[in-house]
Amino acid sequence: MPKLTVLAVRLALINLTTGFGLGALLLISKATGWIPRVWVYLPVHMDMLAIGWMAQLAVGVAFWILPRYRGGHRPHPEFAWIAIVALNAGLGLVAASAVLGDQPQLAVLGRISQAAGMAAFAVHAWPRVKAPGSG
Amino acid sequence: MPRLTRALIRASLIYLLAGLLLAIGTSPGLRSLAGLPSAALRPISIHLITVGWLTQLIMGVIHWMFPRRSQEQPRGSQALVWFAFVALNSGLILRAVLEPAISLAYDSRLVWPLAASAILQFLAALALTLNTWTRVRPR
Repeated sequence: MPKLTVLAVRLALINLTTGFGLGALLLISKATGWIPRVWVYLPVHMDMLAIGWMAQLAVGVAFWILPRYRGGHRPHPEFAWIAIVALNAGLGLVAASAVLGDQPQLAVLGRISQAAGMAAFAVHAWPRVKAPGSG
Repeated sequence: MPRLTRALIRASLIYLLAGLLLAIGTSPGLRSLAGLPSAALRPISIHLITVGWLTQLIMGVIHWMFPRRSQEQPRGSQALVWFAFVALNSGLILRAVLEPAISLAYDSRLVWPLAASAILQFLAALALTLNTWTRVRPR
């Protein structure tokens, strides 16, 4: 596995466990009425699982498994690295918005960072989506 | 395809169908399903699809396709992944039954089983993470 895939998949696994942990706290709060403040973290729970777990896992596995160019190289890996950095920076900003409270601009910046990350990955992956033998 | 992967993928397909049927049942045009308010069932529909289908499908494919850990334990600990399968499904089914029930009529006897369903699902994620971690490594 390339280094980027190892990093992306491990970060995705961390997001899976943390996101499920947060989800467990939300459900326990719903059942028992304890720590009602935990509900401000609902967007973080959704973000960690949709973007941090599923999207990041897809990016990591796609970087590993999409067809490579002749000689076995992956073109412009820097765009895939930008994607991982931007995606995780975005997750951090969305989480910071919830932790600090009343900071919606941080959440917006986080979403912009995530969208930019996915765009960067699309730039990397686009030429690798090709017919066998071409490129 | 390993037996555990078959179990995970087949279970995930059942959740997809159940989640979609529940989504139809809670759509705005239909006011309620079996007397239950749509708001109580919508989180269940979402979790059947995202946890029961998507996450479980991913678990199955990871178990099958990720690089082998070693000659002796090619897919890591089978026991850990079986535990993840049982914990995820028992937790999710428990939640799918208890959460709407508690929303409809509060019953203190249901509180702790519902909390247990949350912990079971978390433990399933933790077990998958622990088993997958060592299979993800640079060449």
